[in-house]
Amino acid sequence: MNAIPRTRFMALGAALAVLLAAGAASAQTVKVAVPTFLTGGGAPTYGTASKNGVELVVRAINEGSLPAPYNSVGLAGRKIDLVVYDESGGGTKQVTELRNKVQKEGVDVVVGYVSSGSCAAIARVVEELRVLTLLTVCGTPRIFEELVKEPKYLFRIINHSTAGNVGAAHYVVKKLRNEAKDGYMGINQNYAWGQDAWRDFNLGVQTLAPELKPANKQQFPKLFSGQYGTEISVLLRAKQKVVHSSFWGGDIEALIAQGKARGLFKRKTFVFTVGEITAHRIGKKFPPGQLARGPYGLYAEGIDTPLNKWFRSEYRKAYKQPPSSPAYHYADGIVAAKYAYDTAMKANGGKFPSTDQVIKALEHATYDILAAKVKMSLGKGHQAVTSDRWGYAEWDDAKGEIVVKDVVEFKAECVNPPEGVNAADWVKGGMKGAKCD
Amino acid sequence: MTWRQDKTLWGLTIGLAALLLLNFVVPDWFRSILTLSLARGSVALGLLVLWRCGLISFGHALYFGVGAYTVGLMSRYLGITDAFLTIACGVVTAGLLAYGLGFLLRQYRGIFFALLNMAFSMILYGVLAKLEELGSTDGISLETTTYLWYAPLGAENKTALFVFAVILTWGVAVLVHLYLRSTLGNMTTAVRENEIRLGYLGYSGERAVHAKFVVSGLLGGFGGAIAALTIGHVDPDSMVYWPVSGDFVFIAILSGTGNVTAPFIGALIYELIRTYAFDKFPEIWQLIMGGTLLAIIMFLPNGLWSLVDRWRGRKAAVATLRTGKEEA
Amino acid sequence: MDFELLLIILVDGLVYGSYLFMVAVGLTVICGVQKLLNVTHGALYAFGAYLTATLLILYFQVDWPQFGAFAVMLFAALFLGVLFGVIIERGLLRHLYHEDEHIIVLATFAAFLVLEDVLLLIWGTDPYLAPEPLGLLGSTEIAGLPFDNYSLSMVLLSAVVAAVLWYGLNRTQFGKLLLAVIHDRELAQAMGINVNRIFLLTFMLGSFLGALGGAYQAPAISVQPGIGVEVIVLAFAVVVIGGMGSIPGALIGSVIVGVARAFAVHQEPALELFVIYLIMAAVLIVRPQGLFAPAKPRTI
Repeated sequence: MNAIPRTRFMALGAALAVLLAAGAASAQTVKVAVPTFLTGGGAPTYGTASKNGVELVVRAINEGSLPAPYNSVGLAGRKIDLVVYDESGGGTKQVTELRNKVQKEGVDVVVGYVSSGSCAAIARVVEELRVLTLLTVCGTPRIFEELVKEPKYLFRIINHSTAGNVGAAHYVVKKLRNEAKDGYMGINQNYAWGQDAWRDFNLGVQTLAPELKPANKQQFPKLFSGQYGTEISVLLRAKQKVVHSSFWGGDIEALIAQGKARGLFKRKTFVFTVGEITAHRIGKKFPPGQLARGPYGLYAEGIDTPLNKWFRSEYRKAYKQPPSSPAYHYADGIVAAKYAYDTAMKANGGKFPSTDQVIKALEHATYDILAAKVKMSLGKGHQAVTSDRWGYAEWDDAKGEIVVKDVVEFKAECVNPPEGVNAADWVKGGMKGAKCD
Repeated sequence: MTWRQDKTLWGLTIGLAALLLLNFVVPDWFRSILTLSLARGSVALGLLVLWRCGLISFGHALYFGVGAYTVGLMSRYLGITDAFLTIACGVVTAGLLAYGLGFLLRQYRGIFFALLNMAFSMILYGVLAKLEELGSTDGISLETTTYLWYAPLGAENKTALFVFAVILTWGVAVLVHLYLRSTLGNMTTAVRENEIRLGYLGYSGERAVHAKFVVSGLLGGFGGAIAALTIGHVDPDSMVYWPVSGDFVFIAILSGTGNVTAPFIGALIYELIRTYAFDKFPEIWQLIMGGTLLAIIMFLPNGLWSLVDRWRGRKAAVATLRTGKEEA
Repeated sequence: MDFELLLIILVDGLVYGSYLFMVAVGLTVICGVQKLLNVTHGALYAFGAYLTATLLILYFQVDWPQFGAFAVMLFAALFLGVLFGVIIERGLLRHLYHEDEHIIVLATFAAFLVLEDVLLLIWGTDPYLAPEPLGLLGSTEIAGLPFDNYSLSMVLLSAVVAAVLWYGLNRTQFGKLLLAVIHDRELAQAMGINVNRIFLLTFMLGSFLGALGGAYQAPAISVQPGIGVEVIVLAFAVVVIGGMGSIPGALIGSVIVGVARAFAVHQEPALELFVIYLIMAAVLIVRPQGLFAPAKPRTI
């Protein structure tokens, strides 16, 4: 035999020996993998907070110190073995990584994903790998409408992004009608998230109040461009006063810093669909404006459930700051897993449940998360709906924190399409079947 | 050299048999890494073909992306999921694009060539990220792959894809090897050494470059198509963005230009390093990748294949990127 | 289109163009003298921004004169320029000058990956905000719109940097030595010029300019992971458009891209994403050596 195949065999053989030696998970724990952004532009906004939230709740579950109804130890009695890993690098990388986690390391449950790109990429792979997966932040409605129409292993435990932008439309029509009489415009990042956000918001307003007109052209600066001088000039020149923006992360912070220096926020009323996280982070520097969120982060401040009180005080104790919404989302993901495992165990006569039984327990379920109740009512029982909240955010000197005022709550049935209706079609078709009272 | 004496052909064929046998013993996740390595290795092979004329492209994710998106779009809009047909279309589309751009690119050398390629790949990235019809940044998910009349599901499909990819890649590698052995193939080394002299001999350097460029584009498209089928999803960030092109160059450097088998081995090693770095050091995996690349450049400048050559004791006889500048 | 809009487009374009110039000029200097494309430039930008933001946050806690903030930026950039000049040039590039230009690009790419994570190890993933200097200079009304003077001052800074570089290159002893090295490295060495020293100083200068770009941007952005990656492609594009190593080229190239982009954002936002790549491809097709690089015989 000559050199080529021998070297090849040697290389492969050595690699295989190493790889196969990497062990599977021990039987007496539940191995939970949590993908979130540990590096890159998503890390500051989402990564740190989500990791904190998850670690706090996992610690409590392993000690059995979470308040009722989740005050037992572990998931169905078994402790959680937690693996947090990086979500950077795009969808392809995430598919490979998920495969590694499940097939190589024997992960039982996946809780996480921030980016819609990651979620879209892994959605079908989850079903193929048969691993229970709870999506926590990513918003694209395509997950259950287009990618996985008959989900079994895949769940999403928050509203999809259409709800947030339809909520924004309701809010503008209800509260900002006067400001919007000269129309409204958008500045959104140029990728799927920003494009979808503007489309849903715009169609929403057009359905609710066709007399309010959008500007002719919307701004879609490149994601992470960080330089908004020109866009700010365009906004300042425009006659429209209301500006819709789904900016997040470093981009929203740069827009605020640069916009403030030019008086942008004195002339325009911004509707930031995910500004809550930033308001949280930059506090006093955040310009007073309109913000959305479900029962998470800032909007969870006044909610008095024992779970929420526990979470807020423990989080502050551990990390010296109040929890933002990604902390809630990811922690809620673990709580949802706990609910499903514990409920399934009860149904199984107190024995540790199979994955199929856990799935049964979560489908169509209504259960408590940290600060609210969640109904798994869309996507054949796999897509959660929650209410959506809007309010006016402002720095409170006395408290030394940002607070939200005039909170308006839109019911889950008001901002979400009915089961079986595609979200984009629903918004385009005039949001038929919405129950808003 | 007759076919029987060609060690590379034997090596490739034994490698083919070994991979097909491995199929029965390796776990699923490792099979997926192997298939991806074949895909990326094909693109790196394309880079090596170009490299023989002293050119390198910092934008080969363009052809990779075109191959992948052709497969994705056929699945989404035409409902065509046949592996043979989609891969063929992916390869042809990428090849046509390379042929068209080649008329322009063949006039350039050195860093201009490398960067012009990058500019084109970034234009494609912009278009893909912008247009909802093309899936925007969320990308497109593929329907389950079929093979003519054979439509396996689940794990069986992955096995089928693996066998299919191994055999196809083998065929591709053999063809490229034969091509590089041919007169037209050898001419590229001449382009690198002395293009004027090549002109006096009655050959056109530009045409030789153009031909190589099309070959590398075809290989890029092939790799992209295989990757799309393996992952089941295409998206611009992990398939067209400029660091992806950087990865391909990384693999090419890691492999060395000695032999057509090198890029596949290089791609596998790359995947393994990445997987383990990601796993064990999730916060500093980039540092490990960068450190590895630096170490290779500093200590093993002719790539891993130079180890094989050194072992065989024909150190300097290899055609490498740096011939002419090297101490020999 | 009215005159006011044209004026606004021009101002917006100049501001964005000066951002591009500040990001690209260090790359151009290194590219011109050492004939290499330095990907670590992106990391220098990020380091400049991080160090400046950190120092500014500390600076504004004590009661020193506010305009000292600009001295802080300059200090951060100088410090990083010298530090990285030594580490990267002495530690890495010096051993690779005999290699092919592609290999050197790739080596700097690798060093960039390493530095990105070093950044994370030092500063973590938390973003740093230090917007105070942005408000220091007040604002000016142009064509009915308020512009902050900090952004406008960037145009001035770019002009100063370009002028100083031009003067240094064409009117000083060091500049003459530099030109000799640029023209023919081996001959210069033979004539007794210490090329190694010149390379080190050039790399320090380029790194300083890269860090200065980041330092001056720090107050206007949120300093966080990933900012280095974004500027590399932009800086490359500017250098290619202007001609590799040409400082006037980088200046004119930046302004052209800046104004074209401003025009797109005001008139046809959908084109914004493509402007820079379209200009780059167009320039490469028509004038592959870039707008301003001296045409030289192709080395075959």
